[in-house]
Amino acid sequence: MTNLLTINKLDVQFPTRHGTTYAVQDVNLELQAGEVLGLVGESGAGKSTIGNAIINLLEPPGQVTGGEILFQGRNLRDLSDEQMRDVRGKKIGMIFQDPQTSLNPLITIGAQLVETIIKATDLTGSAAVDKAVDLLKSVGITETETRLNAYPHQFSGGMRQRVVIALALAGDPDLIIADEPTTALDVSIQAQILDLIKSLCRERQLGVIIVTHDIGVIANIADRVAVMYNGAVVETGEVRQILTAPTHEYTQSLIAAVPRGDLKVDRFTSVDYIEGGAQTHRRIDLDSHWLGETVQANPLGEAITIDGLNKTFVLKKALFKKNRVTLQAVDNVSLSIQAGESFGLVGESGSGKSTVARLVAGLHQGDDGHIKIFGQNVARQERSNDVTAARRNLQMIFQDPYSSLNARMRVLDIVAEPIRFYKTADSEKKVRQIVCDILDHVGLGSGAMLKYPHEFSGGQRQRISIARALASRPKILICDEPTSALDVSVQAHILNLLKDLQAELGLTMLFISHDLPVIRQMCDRVAVMRHGAICEIAQTETLFDTPQHAYSQHLLDLMPRMDLFGSAPASLAGPP
Amino acid sequence: MAEPTTQSRWQRFLDNDVTWSFLHTPSAIVAACVTVIAVSAALAAPWIAPYDPFDPSQISLWDGKLPPAWVEGGSSAYLLGTDNQGRDMLSTILYGGRLSIVVGFVAVFLGMLLGVTLGVISGYLGGKVDAIIMRFADVQLTIPGILLAILINGIGRAILPIDMRDDFAIYVVIIAIGLTDWPQFARVARGATMVEAQKEYVQSARVIGLPGWLIMIRHILPNTLRPILVIATIGLALAVIAEATLSFLGQGIPPTTPSLGTLIRVGNEYLFSGLWWITLFPGIALVVLVFAVNLLGDWMRDALNPKLR
Repeated sequence: MTNLLTINKLDVQFPTRHGTTYAVQDVNLELQAGEVLGLVGESGAGKSTIGNAIINLLEPPGQVTGGEILFQGRNLRDLSDEQMRDVRGKKIGMIFQDPQTSLNPLITIGAQLVETIIKATDLTGSAAVDKAVDLLKSVGITETETRLNAYPHQFSGGMRQRVVIALALAGDPDLIIADEPTTALDVSIQAQILDLIKSLCRERQLGVIIVTHDIGVIANIADRVAVMYNGAVVETGEVRQILTAPTHEYTQSLIAAVPRGDLKVDRFTSVDYIEGGAQTHRRIDLDSHWLGETVQANPLGEAITIDGLNKTFVLKKALFKKNRVTLQAVDNVSLSIQAGESFGLVGESGSGKSTVARLVAGLHQGDDGHIKIFGQNVARQERSNDVTAARRNLQMIFQDPYSSLNARMRVLDIVAEPIRFYKTADSEKKVRQIVCDILDHVGLGSGAMLKYPHEFSGGQRQRISIARALASRPKILICDEPTSALDVSVQAHILNLLKDLQAELGLTMLFISHDLPVIRQMCDRVAVMRHGAICEIAQTETLFDTPQHAYSQHLLDLMPRMDLFGSAPASLAGPP
Repeated sequence: MAEPTTQSRWQRFLDNDVTWSFLHTPSAIVAACVTVIAVSAALAAPWIAPYDPFDPSQISLWDGKLPPAWVEGGSSAYLLGTDNQGRDMLSTILYGGRLSIVVGFVAVFLGMLLGVTLGVISGYLGGKVDAIIMRFADVQLTIPGILLAILINGIGRAILPIDMRDDFAIYVVIIAIGLTDWPQFARVARGATMVEAQKEYVQSARVIGLPGWLIMIRHILPNTLRPILVIATIGLALAVIAEATLSFLGQGIPPTTPSLGTLIRVGNEYLFSGLWWITLFPGIALVVLVFAVNLLGDWMRDALNPKLR
């Protein structure tokens, strides 16, 4: 049996003025009809580049410099642009990451589908419309006749991604390339979309290449996996074999770094294969050091108390009340966090978990309710000394390491800012010494002081953010999805660092994440949020073992599992 | 990090993306050269100009209205000819350009200072402050700039006693132009500020507890400078034109002090008597200067815009 797609010795280069980047080197892949091939790797591994190279849509200045791409026996590299366009529409379909941007917001779903169908097939007029209806039905959209006249903004994210899949299917392709198709979606929708792709693949005997950084996705959908590292495929094999008995060192460390959802471990397995060896963090004698001066004074009792907190955002302003569009982001939330505790807030996007964090940090003002930090009410916008003093106990670490540092300041100035502003050190020399110690402490090394943020990787930037937070000598640390923008290997390092710091400095932590396994490893107690309200607050282990609320149960069921092959849940085992 | 940091400052400058883009854009290089030559020639006028147009001993009415040296009747002593008062055209253009450029720079700086301050405050605070400041800017934008400049200029001159008018004319012109072009700066600064204020580094500064003014100066301002720099370049060209227009209309610098605008105006009166050089050469100087600065601003807009790279 011949392969649907064979890639031989593919090389892709990006010549730039700083020298040529070899994005893909000597890659060999095979794909049969009716098979799902997972391409997995961390950012910059070249996995998306392969997908783009197949359909000849590399971003300039990228170019294929060697090898061949055989699709149904034809080498795609020999085709003219005209022929290639034909292949793209009719033979190969693409599904992109963000369903918000891959549909034209000004044209109805029906018109976009019909246009694509007319281009890709011989159908015209009402036959094309019928085909569009069929396609929407096949991707699981009901009431198709009315939905055809709807605009993309009237669809939810998951529905939009279904429409994108329908568009990809318009020309009855033989191959579908899905580039991170579920990364922008919530877990509950992710599972549905993956199931859909898998069943379409089986029904229509499609070849599917799914590009993702998420091993959980691969475990759920792929038949075979190719693991990429630094532009090369390091290992290819059956999904079961790769996940249970990986042979390459990189694959082993990559799988080990995925936080486990099934049981609590002491520390995350750190991946030394990747960030150039482990960065050791130097311990500081807290009894004598500046950083430890406030540790002894850690009060006991409740660090954060939230009582009946509400926050409504006005989405559309209007003179009359009935025309206003508002969103209740936080709905009567009450919780309390003990000093020294790790408290998790978990929920899907839009559940209001970040808004709670921002309210506590004072970035938003609540509508009503109380927020107390060590007993001091800080909810009102009073600028009294007591409120300011209470707020100084609290620091926040943000999600995006690229926008959370001022690109025009040196690391020294970024970290030293709170020390200089509050004059907590006697002299400039002392300030430098403290910054140097803190940077060492978070595993960066004092050599980082005089550099600018752009010289660091995402994980290192997040360490700088942590160092800046520590420089305020906080007692409470709010972490708002601190590792969602990072690769798994780096995530393990950062989470371990946060754990260590918490233990040493006795920090109270409010940890916000959508990632249940991470929450399980990091937190003592967890609150599950949905639509701005808290569904359930429980000890972490209790919640994961015996969730009480139906929604918690639902979330836990959707948690991607690595242990699929030990006891495969019936719902996810595909047909043979 | 991967790259060694042993590079000197100069090497890093050469390695910079903006420098690279500059060296690969011929129009930018030409424009920069022309601008640098024009500005340095104008600033060095007292040393390189063959005559001093302010020194009556060097001016002789006998030499008035001489055509350029290569035209019949021209004298090699006056390369570009002389004007009606017998001043050497080349020298007056150099001195006039100096005045025009100084007025342009200072006026743009004034407008930038005012506009950026108001724009950053407006964008950062939002709400009522924003509404008030931006409505002022909107109202001002509905009035043509040159009319407003004439108005401010007129008021300024009316306030001053008659004997001081000519001495202070230049400052009045600067203030008039500066007050006219602040809304452009305010709008750009406000937009950039609103983008930056959403970013997490600003939020983190707020969590640290820094006061608003410090966040605006230390964090937001440096990150909004790029687009402001671009419109400042284009604003410079506009300010030079505005000064020329005011002077041409007789509202600006007195005719005894040469500026490009007054030279063109004076020349204009003699245009139909065949004395084309009195107005043509200052005109060319003005066009070349404005064109070069505009090209430079255009290139800068592209080079500093990460989306177009």
